[in-house]
Amino acid sequence: MTDTAPIVSIQNVSKLFGSASAAGQTHALSRVSLDVAPGEFVSLLGPSGCGKSTLLRLVADLIEPSDGQILIRNKSPRQARLDREYGIVFQSPVLYDWRDVLHNVELPLEVMRFPPAERDRRAREMLQLVGLKDFERHYPWQLSGGMQQRVSIARALSFKPAILLMDEPFGALDEMTRERMNAELLNIWSQTDTTVIFVTHSIAEAVFLSSRVVVMTPRPGRIEKIVTIDLPQPRNLETREQPHYFELITAVREGLREV
Amino acid sequence: MAESRTLELEAGEAEVAARRQAQGGPSLARRGLALLALLVGVALVWELTKILFSITDYNLPHVYAIPWAFIKPLSSTGQPMGVYLLWQTQYTIYEALAGFALGALAGFLLGVVFAHSALLERGCLPYVVASQTVPILAIAPMVVIWLGRGFLPIALIASYLTFFPVVINTLRGLLSVEPTALELMQSYAATRGEILWKLRVPASLPYLFTALKISSTASIIGALIAEMTGAQRGLGWNLVYFAQYYNSDPPNLWAAIVLSGLLGLLAYGGILLIERRALGWQARAG
Repeated sequence: MTDTAPIVSIQNVSKLFGSASAAGQTHALSRVSLDVAPGEFVSLLGPSGCGKSTLLRLVADLIEPSDGQILIRNKSPRQARLDREYGIVFQSPVLYDWRDVLHNVELPLEVMRFPPAERDRRAREMLQLVGLKDFERHYPWQLSGGMQQRVSIARALSFKPAILLMDEPFGALDEMTRERMNAELLNIWSQTDTTVIFVTHSIAEAVFLSSRVVVMTPRPGRIEKIVTIDLPQPRNLETREQPHYFELITAVREGLREV
Repeated sequence: MAESRTLELEAGEAEVAARRQAQGGPSLARRGLALLALLVGVALVWELTKILFSITDYNLPHVYAIPWAFIKPLSSTGQPMGVYLLWQTQYTIYEALAGFALGALAGFLLGVVFAHSALLERGCLPYVVASQTVPILAIAPMVVIWLGRGFLPIALIASYLTFFPVVINTLRGLLSVEPTALELMQSYAATRGEILWKLRVPASLPYLFTALKISSTASIIGALIAEMTGAQRGLGWNLVYFAQYYNSDPPNLWAAIVLSGLLGLLAYGGILLIERRALGWQARAG
């Protein structure tokens, strides 16, 4: 993994919010560097205000860094966005109420001018992947929160982006649904060769899902420590019972304490 | 895991069924009955008021005199007055429809322009608002002086009342979009046009239909008032005529007023029907 070129390379990135002259400036990120290898599942973990979502939004080119550089497949984030290199999943599913499930998944394909037959085929394939094959004609309000978020994941993957950016996607779900969604996400990840950058504030979730956990601390937001998660794949319910799983959780938690 | 998913699916479906049942509302027969009860109630209060305050037929005709006014033959042609009035109303409907279409289209386009340019919005919106504080009764004769009598000036005056609610609500609707919904479109590198048609316009439809419901009745008021000053036909002109000859036959004016009310109801109901069709996804959600 170390000798492959990184798919996402973050170099000395800082982000300040607020006007330059004002005293009330927030230092959201301070000189953050991180390389993500192709096919990796990297979690950004930390308390609120540590800049983990900011970092994800910088990669997504939804905001611009104040300093430093980000390269995605050797391109600027803007070019990567224009080339549709990533799919994004937000904390809320952000489904369009007036579209049924199938057409919500087809939305990016429409924007990207896929032919109708291809749109239909891909959307159905993705819904099959997230286990919502029988819900194509349902409207968002007819689905539970977990199902809505699955639609949102199917939509993000529909155009087969190289990178999947996830901003606390399961933060609003209850613990049981969340654990089930974690297992399903890993299953989906293993079936695609997508690189995932996953923002969360749940230690257990980060350890269970990731190949590496990036521990971040606030004020200013920076990377405290990176923990490699060497739990074997595939991971399942038993993974959560292994002693090594708990050792890793402890290691990550200590990283969060060293502030 | 398989079992828990089945449970979730079942729970989802049960929810759907429950909501479907809840949205059914009272049956058509019950609603018809309620309407009938309301009409009978109004007629009773009407007649009781006449008796209690000894109001003359001249000031307030009997309830039954109004349907009779529709049926009784005209002295000039011998056809029932209702037929004549409906024939006249036809002009009003065309004028109101044309004005409504024109005003709604202009209002929508202006809303789209304002939604995309904060500068234009700040510059022009105050004048749009100011235009609505000028009473239509002051404007109507001027438009007639400029454009002469006929269809066009009346439709224009109707559109003047239509367009304002549409501008304001379209603007609100187009800007009602959640920031993340917009970011989602940005992540697809969508163009402004795609964001407009795939996100902003669908999101604005509930707001737009609220405006159209207001505007549909306003366009009829506009057409009626315009006819009063700039036409010799139409329901509005007949309202003035019957008011002038009120002394000779009071129920005629009442009949024309009832017809105006029905026309408003028809317009409102028409928009409601289109809204149900266009916003099916929402009617079920509500």
